[in-house]
This record gives sequence, C-alpha cells and structure tokens, in this order.
Amino acid sequence: MSHHTLHRALLMTALGLFALWFLTPLYVMVTTSLKTMDQVRDGSLLSLPTSPGVSAWLKAWSQACTGTDCGGLKPFFLNSLMLTVPAVLLSTAIGSLNGYVLAKWRFRGSELMFAMLLFGVFMPMQVVLLPMSQVLGWLGLASSLSGLVLVHVVAGIPSTTLFFRNYYVGLPDELIKAAMLDGASFWQIFRRIVLPLSTPIMVVTLIWQFTNIWNDFLYGVVFSGADSKPITVGLNNLANTSSSVKEYNVDMAAALIAALPTLLVYVLAGKYFVRGLTAGAVKG
Amino acid sequence: MGALTIHQVRKRFGTTDILKGIDIEIDAGEFLILVGPSGCGKSTLLNMIAGLDAPTSGSIRLGERDITHLPSKDRDIAMVFQSYALYPNMSVAENIAFALEMRKVPKAEREAAVQRVAAMLQIGHLLDRKPGALSGGQRQRVAMGRALARNPKLFLFDEPLSNLDAKLRVEMRAEIKLLHQRTRTTTVYVTHDQVEAMTLGDRIAVMKDGQVQQFGTPDDIYTRPATRFVAEFIGSPAMNLLPARHQLGVVSTAQQALQVDDAQRQALQAAGTGDLLYGLRPESLGFADQGLPGQLTMIEPTGPETYVTADTPAGRLTARVPGAVRHRVGEAVHLQWLPGQAHLFDATSGLRVG
Repeated sequence: MSHHTLHRALLMTALGLFALWFLTPLYVMVTTSLKTMDQVRDGSLLSLPTSPGVSAWLKAWSQACTGTDCGGLKPFFLNSLMLTVPAVLLSTAIGSLNGYVLAKWRFRGSELMFAMLLFGVFMPMQVVLLPMSQVLGWLGLASSLSGLVLVHVVAGIPSTTLFFRNYYVGLPDELIKAAMLDGASFWQIFRRIVLPLSTPIMVVTLIWQFTNIWNDFLYGVVFSGADSKPITVGLNNLANTSSSVKEYNVDMAAALIAALPTLLVYVLAGKYFVRGLTAGAVKG
Repeated sequence: MGALTIHQVRKRFGTTDILKGIDIEIDAGEFLILVGPSGCGKSTLLNMIAGLDAPTSGSIRLGERDITHLPSKDRDIAMVFQSYALYPNMSVAENIAFALEMRKVPKAEREAAVQRVAAMLQIGHLLDRKPGALSGGQRQRVAMGRALARNPKLFLFDEPLSNLDAKLRVEMRAEIKLLHQRTRTTTVYVTHDQVEAMTLGDRIAVMKDGQVQQFGTPDDIYTRPATRFVAEFIGSPAMNLLPARHQLGVVSTAQQALQVDDAQRQALQAAGTGDLLYGLRPESLGFADQGLPGQLTMIEPTGPETYVTADTPAGRLTARVPGAVRHRVGEAVHLQWLPGQAHLFDATSGLRVG
C-alpha cells in the first residue's frame, strides 16, 4: 500500500467515524419514532423496530397533547408555514433591493447605513424583545401571525442585505453603466440585469432565512398568541406536557416533523447553497 | 456650433483637481481621441460625456442640446466599455436589442436592427450564444454591435482594445476605423496607446494632469507638438530631447553646438529663451559622412527599419533608419539632420518655441 493510499484510508476512516457519531442521534430518533411504546420500554436504544409503524407519527401530527389542547402538531405546523413563507420571501426581496442600492447606487451616507445594518447582524435577539412587543402593540399586531412575520422580516433584513450587497459588489459596475446608457431605469436594471444574475445568492439567502425563521423559538414564544404559535413552540409544549407515561416515540416523531421542512430544503437546494457561498463575481 | 462642445469643464474631488478646465469642440462625424497616461483625467471626461459622472463646473453640449446634467439614458449616446460589459444573462441578439427594447422600439424593427448590425460585424452565427461562450474578439464585436444598433448621436469608446492580444488589437483597430468611415457617427475614443490615437483620430486631445496639452489633427500633434510632454508621448521611439542653452542666437549643449535655422533663431530671441530642450524625431536623423560624431551603442532591427542608438557629445540619440544597417555596435558614425526639423521647447515651461 502506497503512502498516499494509506493517508487516504486514514482520512476516510476518521471522516466515517465522525459521520457515524453525528448520525447516531438521527438514527435513534428515526427508529424510536417507528417503534411502539412496548418496544421502546423493552428494547435497547439502538435496536431496530421489530414491527415498524407510523402510529407515533400520526399521534404526534393530530392527537398529541400540547398543554390542555390535544390536536397534535398540525395547527402549529400550519402556523409555521403561513408565517415562514411570507417572512422568507419578504426579507429576501427587501435584502436584494437593499443590496442592489448599497452596492450599485451609492449615495452620501450609504456606507454608514450599511455599517449600521451590519450592526443588526450581530445584535443579540433578546435585545429587541421589549421594544418590539411595544411596537407590535402600537401597530395592533400583537400576538398575531402578521406581527410575527413583521418581526422576522425586520430581524432578517440585516443579514439578507449583507448577503446581497456583498454579492452585488462583485458584479462589474460597467454592466450597470452600460444598461444606463442603453436607457434602462433603476427598476429595469434591477429586474432585467441584476436579478437574473442573482440565482446563487438568492438560493443561499432563501435557505438561510427559511432555516432561521422555521427554527426560531424565541420570537415565536414571545410574540405569538394562543392560535399563532409556530411549530417550535408546539414541539416544546408537546414534549413538556406531563402525562402518566413519557411517550418517547411520539416525541421523536414530533421532533422529526418539526425538522423535516428544513431538512427537505437542504436536500433539494443544498448543492446550490454550497456553490452560492463560494461563488465569486459573475464572469462576463 | 460643433457636434460636441466641451466648455470649461472642471472636476474636483475634495482638494484634488481631476480636470482643470477642458475646452474641446468637434464637428459632426469627427473621430476625437482622448489620449494620455493613466490618471490624466481622460476617462473621467468620457464618463461625464456619458452622464456617468458630473462636472463640478462647465458645460457639455451635444449639438444644440446642453446635456451636462441630463441622465445617461436621455442622452442618445452609446458606449463600448473596456470590459465590454455584455449582459451575461442575455444572448448576443438580446444584448444588441436591449437598448432598442428599453426605448420601446417595436419587435420587428428590433429584429431588423439586430440583423443589420450582425451583417455589418459578421456576427450572425453568434446571435444565439451567451457572452460567456464568446472569445475576446467576438465579445468586442458584440459590444460594438450593441452600440451600433440604435444609431446614436455619439459613440464613446473607453479603451476598447486593451483587453485584446496584439494581433487582434490591430485587426479590431482597422475594423473600428472602417466602421467609422462607413457610419460617420461622431465618436469619442479614449486610449493610452499613441498608435491607436494617431491611426484612428481626426482630432486628438493629448491630456496630462487634468489639462489638454494639445488639441489638433494627428498631423499637427506629430509635426508640431505644442509641449515637451506631447513631443515625448507621441511617436515611437520617442523624440530625442537634448538639454541645451540659447545665448544670442546660438544653441549649444555643454559640449556641442546645435544648428538652428533663421526662423527658430528669431523665435528664440523673441521669446528670450535661455535653457531649452532641442528635440529630434528619430526619423529626422540619418547616417552621413560628416555631422555629429558618435559611437553606436545599440542596434534594434525591426525588419522594414532599424533603430540605432549612439552616444554623441550632445548626448544619447536614437535614430530610425530604413532597412537594415551594416554597422556594428561600437563603430564610430556621424549623424546628420536638417535644422528645420528640430523641435525647440522652453526647459522651464515645457512649451514649444517657434
């Protein structure tokens, strides 16, 4: 065995072990969610389900108790969907427009504005809780889904703007100048030239925002009302609702239900994500 | 009233003057070259004509219209950029038609314009391709096609050939010239290459440090350079400049008297010039049996002509002689020229005398 292949074998073994280490919890979750409670009690943590079934999933979806209410995760899941989709689309659209202006239509103070927006990226979420609840109160949006959407859009704008701005800085200025001389307006340049060249960063931002907003717990627990709680809050309530027996299989199924959409997004668009993160300027 | 009139245009960034009062006027159909070293302000001036930058003061007129502060899109100007700036997301045909589409030209007319331009530039077979799939020369052609498609009042070129290799550059230079002869569109062309300036221009503005050093025809610029800078900048190999002194109608270097003709002598006396530079184009110098003695230090044959460098009592001189030379390095030679072909410049002001 040559020196090179030995190295390679060692590397692969190490990577394989790491992968195993990180995948074990997922394995436990999936197998447990497919077991009956009897088997959970009798078998070992790592054993395969003897008669796999989806009853735990069905219960988690529509019958499990979250507090006093026993309707499963379904309403929470739908809330998350109804809040995440508009919040992701809006924050991405605004970020793209902001980035376009900050990168290609510099004005007096635009750099300062960008610096202040950057500040928003690093600001801890907890800082805005009180002022934001006050603002939502003034706007009459407290405890509503639209209020949560607004919070997520505002909280997302700094990072979406940062993504798009840094990507657009890499687009040659001459493209914009050429379009101006060709007679295109601010919006025409954005729509016809800049947006069509934005696919990689668009995918990155969409995935980033989707993951962040879907997985958010803090804003969800603070700003939601009784019927606008997102899935993360639902999952928390489900797992914390005390009953006579702890139904691990239902808990696991519920956690997987909560995690599935982001996993799905990664599987479908993950390669664009990696490509987009490393993409440089568009070659003309 | 000229087709393009630039009047007292100034540009100031903080405390630095980028342009210090530019005055240029050209007639319809003329090809104006803005040439100078990098940082001379030529690109800034071009951007102002394009509307991509605004002057601090002064005015720019296109025909009867004052366009100084008009947005780019309303100027009816087309520009070819150094990087070509083709839209990567559009096909060649879409690139060419884009400006027409923005101007709401009907589809049929747009397609006709694309066909016309494609035929003119021989890019018909490229129309469906994306810019990324084109070679440098093809991109250059498409960029020109995009500018040609809408018959603008004014064409701007910003160093369009500097991204091409030497051979292609010569080809494209000829194409630009032919194109201009055919379309007769008033053109402003920025370059730092003096050969492009001389070969393409009807008028040349030689710029340095935000000022026009000389504005004239290529012939003016070459045969009567107005300043020492122009004399050195235009022409290759560069003009020989010998530091000399003038006293009572006699011009000499430290060790060598230099001949001047009557007109030059009168001009020197009238101007009261003391220290001066005695300039000789390499092609004004030739070998002779007598004249300025010197020793050959270098011989550079180019084929049709040869550049020879000789150390003389007056200083080091480069001559440009036709064909090959039979002399060898180290040989003693004599150089001769007609005094009337010398260019005299005041050593302090750098301005031409006579």
